[in-house]
Amino acid sequence: MTSVSMTVNGKSVSGEVEGRTLLVDFLRNDLRMTGTHVGCDTSQCGACVVHVDGEAVKACTMFAVEADGAAVATIEGQANADGSLSVVQQAFQDHHGLQCGFCTPGMVMSAAALLKENPKPTEGEIREYLEGNICRCTGYHNIVKAIMAASGQDVAAIAAG
Amino acid sequence: MYAFEIERPGTLADAVNALKGEDAQALGGGQTLIPTLKARLAMPATLVSLSGIGEMKGVCIGDDGAVCIGGATTHAAVVREAAAHYPALADLASHIGDPAVRNRGTIGGSLANNDPSACYPSAVLGSGATIITNARDIVADEFFDGMFATALDEGEVITEVRFPVPEKANYQKFVQPASRFALVGVFVAKYSDGVRVAVTGASEDGVFRWSEAEEALSRDFSADAIGGLEVSADGMIADLHGSSAYRAHLVKVMTGRAVVAAA
Repeated sequence: MTSVSMTVNGKSVSGEVEGRTLLVDFLRNDLRMTGTHVGCDTSQCGACVVHVDGEAVKACTMFAVEADGAAVATIEGQANADGSLSVVQQAFQDHHGLQCGFCTPGMVMSAAALLKENPKPTEGEIREYLEGNICRCTGYHNIVKAIMAASGQDVAAIAAG
Repeated sequence: MYAFEIERPGTLADAVNALKGEDAQALGGGQTLIPTLKARLAMPATLVSLSGIGEMKGVCIGDDGAVCIGGATTHAAVVREAAAHYPALADLASHIGDPAVRNRGTIGGSLANNDPSACYPSAVLGSGATIITNARDIVADEFFDGMFATALDEGEVITEVRFPVPEKANYQKFVQPASRFALVGVFVAKYSDGVRVAVTGASEDGVFRWSEAEEALSRDFSADAIGGLEVSADGMIADLHGSSAYRAHLVKVMTGRAVVAAA
C-alpha cells in the first residue's frame, strides 16, 4: 500500500492505495464520491472524466498514485459555493442535455475543460472535443446546444434534438 | 486488475535503476498500457511511472534547428508547444485519441509500444527523426521492428525524440472511428534532400516507408506524381474495418491528400 495525498475539489484528502488502484476507484470507493461514473472501464466512454491539475483525464485510465500531490476536480465540485448550478450544469438542465444522466458527469467535466481552453467554440469544435465522451440517449444535439449556450452563444443553428 | 507495485521516480537515473528490477516495465501515460493490464495482456510485477520526471517533459529547439520533444511529453503539450516550430507534427498530435487521452498519453509511450495503427510512428519515420534513450541514439529507420516491436532493449527508456524540421509536411489520417486510431495514416515530409513518406495502420509489419512514392515525389512534389503507382495488398492488415485491398488503396489516396495539403 502507498500513501497518497491530493486535493479534491479544493479539499485535502489522503488515503492508502494499492498500485493497481485507479483514480476513479479511489474517488468512488475510498472517498465515497460516486458522482464520477464508470461506464466502460476501457477508456472509451468518458463517463469518468475528471480534471487533474486542470486537465481533463479519464479517471479509469490513471492510477491513484499518479494523482499524488495533484489538484483533482470532480462533478461534485462544479456547483457554485451557494449550491446553485454552475453555468455548464445549468445549461445542461435548460437545454435538456441529458436523458438517463449516466454520461453527464463526464460530459459536464469535458465541457468545462473545453470552455476553459476555448471560451467560444464552434459547433464543430464542440463535437470534436466530445469524441471521447459517449452518450447513448441524447443523440448529442442537446448536449452541443447546452455547451453552446454555456459559452454565451446562440443555439438556434444547432440541429433540433 | 491483478496486484502490482508502482514506483514513481523523480529522475531519469532513478527510473533506469528501478527498471532493472525483475519484471519491471515503464509506464508512460498509460493510455494503452492500463487497458492492456486490465485485460491481463501484460502482467509486469512493477510499473515504473515516468510521469514525475520533469527532465523528460517539454519541447525545445536544438542548435541544429531540430524540434526536440521529451519522451514523457503528452500529446496535448506537443500540440501547444510544437505548433509554432513543426505544425504538421502538432496537427498529428492534435488528432490522437480524444482530448482526455491526449492529456495523459505520451510520445515516448506511443513509440515504445509501436502499435501498427498509432499516429506518432509515421511522423518519426517520415521525418527521419532520432530516438534518444538513456543508453544511445537510434535513427528512425532502425527503431521500428515490426508490429509492437522496437529496437529498444529491456529497461531502455526513450528520453527524447529529435525531429529535423522539413520544408513542407502533412499527415492525413483515415480514422477508424471506434478506436480513433488510424485505419490508414500517411505522413509526408519534404526536405531539401528529398521526400519521405511513412505509412501507419496499413501493414502487418507496422509503420513503413513507401519508397516508390518517395522517389516520385522527390522528382515532382505533386499528387499527380504518384498517380501511376500502385500499392500491393500483400502483407496489408485485413480486419472487419477494412480488407487488405482497401487499406492498400487508402495508402495511395491518403498520400495524395497529404501532398496536396502540404504543398
